[in-house]
Amino acid sequence: MEPFTRLTGVLAPLDRADVDTDQIIPKQFLKRIERSGYGPFLFYDWRRGGDFILDRPAYRGASILVTGPNFGCGSSREHAPWSLLDAGFRAVIAPSFGDIFTSNSARCGLLPVVLPAPVTRRLIDLATRQPGVEITVDLVENRITLPPTPSDLNKGGGSVSIPFAIDPFFRDCFLNGWDEVALSLRQEAAIGQYEATRPHWLPVTR
Amino acid sequence: MAAKIWESHVVAAHAGEPDLLYVDLHLVHEVTSPQAFESLRLSNRRIRRPDLTLATMDHDVPTRGGRRAADDLAERQMAALEENCRREGIALFGMGSARQGIVHVIGPELGLTQPGMLIVCGDSHTSTHGALGALAFGIGTSEVEHVLATQCLRQARPKDMAVTVEGALPLGVTAKDIALGLIARMGVAGGQGHVIEYRGSTIRGLSMEGRLTVCNMTIEGGARAGMVAPDGTTAAYLRGRPYAPAMAQWEEAVDHWRALATDGDARYDREVVIDARALEPFVSWGTNPGQSVPISSQVPQPKTETDERALRYMALDPGTAIEAIAIDRVFIGSCTNARMEDLRIAAKVVRGRTVHPRVRAMVVPGSASVKRQAESEGLDAVFREAGFEWRDAGCSMCLGMNADILGPGERCASTSNRNFEGRQGSGGRTHLVSPPMAAAAAIAGHLVDAREFV
Ligand code: SF4
Repeated sequence: MEPFTRLTGVLAPLDRADVDTDQIIPKQFLKRIERSGYGPFLFYDWRRGGDFILDRPAYRGASILVTGPNFGCGSSREHAPWSLLDAGFRAVIAPSFGDIFTSNSARCGLLPVVLPAPVTRRLIDLATRQPGVEITVDLVENRITLPPTPSDLNKGGGSVSIPFAIDPFFRDCFLNGWDEVALSLRQEAAIGQYEATRPHWLPVTR
Repeated sequence: MAAKIWESHVVAAHAGEPDLLYVDLHLVHEVTSPQAFESLRLSNRRIRRPDLTLATMDHDVPTRGGRRAADDLAERQMAALEENCRREGIALFGMGSARQGIVHVIGPELGLTQPGMLIVCGDSHTSTHGALGALAFGIGTSEVEHVLATQCLRQARPKDMAVTVEGALPLGVTAKDIALGLIARMGVAGGQGHVIEYRGSTIRGLSMEGRLTVCNMTIEGGARAGMVAPDGTTAAYLRGRPYAPAMAQWEEAVDHWRALATDGDARYDREVVIDARALEPFVSWGTNPGQSVPISSQVPQPKTETDERALRYMALDPGTAIEAIAIDRVFIGSCTNARMEDLRIAAKVVRGRTVHPRVRAMVVPGSASVKRQAESEGLDAVFREAGFEWRDAGCSMCLGMNADILGPGERCASTSNRNFEGRQGSGGRTHLVSPPMAAAAAIAGHLVDAREFV
């Protein structure tokens, strides 16, 4: 996986809660046996309805998505983060994510950033009011940085920076672009030792 | 109980890292595995334990006889699984096999799913297997690759949640209604980050098939795994199944299973208590399983923007009686409700009656073995005579990756688990119900309380 350190990019808003992975990538596109090529089918049914927010010119090329709680709930399809990556997104910000979506995203290089609902609300408003606005997601510092609002400027403030928390192991994997399988294969001795202690009645499939 | 199973599967634990856990059984299906095999091949990695891996074809398979998939892509996906299993020496119950079926139906049915095991599959409804006291959860394709290569998985420890269901279930109220009632109460994200242990007299009194239904729906409440402590029902269910321990090993295994039950003084991070006596048959009205209400009620007033969107998509007006909702299709199937008990109770409602002329109804057994058993009991004839289509085993219209889909605007009473927009076909509208409720709706042509039919 490609390392992720700092990303500055256009922020796109999707102001919906409980977006399930069937919406992110509908089942008729799960028949490919490749990992790529899903981008054009991202949010397929919603896009087909016309005037879908992410299709507005200002959000083309967006690399950061901000959305509502429980994003990516439902099916375990990793095709969901693949399609977001394929469409150019590298990070998704939400108050919460489906558990499997978080774990899938972390493993294929899409950074899930959890921030409290008032912050994501502010980000959604920002991206809606200023289409094309850019923000920075900094994994080295564990912060996101937004441009100042007029009222921030009036008060003499500059850009606003907000910290976020992330699982330290996944953070390391992202920062270094580690291959998790390679890491685990280094534990081969421990795996072998464990295997020798498994109860003998456990089933084998052949 | 989850903690005990967890601890007994830790291969390596390092501070600041998720534990590395050993996987006893890895189930594989055609949709979420090809990229994992491909990437192992590209990196020249071997599969560590093909003998702890089992593959089946369920998502894409046609259910109308014959072996042709819906399209070339599905054909290619199934061919890829066949080829991957052949090359890697993995047992595959493919199309035409007597043991083929939905991955979460065949695991328990074959006795492969046993108490105390750690089971994973590239499929969110892997939670089903917890009904036998296994710790089982869905994973993504990168994790499938990791398990194939290492037979292990790295996981952060989940929190524990207890769902206690007490009291006798009213007649005509099923395990599916417990699940929908629970999710309606705690929301689709209510279980996030938790493993649910289902307990209480109602759960103890459920058959193994009912427990499988409850655990299956766990993921719809946001929890990755749900489980029931093994007891006499569990042992009686497993005894004599093809992969269950036999002879001298049986006693040893049963002793081990007994010790898995949660200690009396165990603490849970969260607890929910449900009074089974107050439950009714539930029906979903919206586009997620949490949007469910009792059959005797009305389509609720929207409380959130999500509710409003759901009402628009479902073309429903608040205040409409649920029983007044007319339906076009009925689907009895899926890993939630396509086992013998489900088909028997649906057949009881259908027997001697006729499907409403507007309704197209189908029954898709969960496995080839369920299909054979049902036929030996004459259930296929009951359904056929009433006007149902009787199909081959597979996921079918639960997600419509094969040819079985809803048309735009069609409304379906379905025993499956997800009513997401477009889940059963683009523009299709799904109402989740129990098997007797689906059967009754097929007869009446609208949603109706199945208790009037038995
Ligand atoms: S029956 Fe439905 S939920 Fe179950 S495995 Fe198949 S597609 Fe998934």
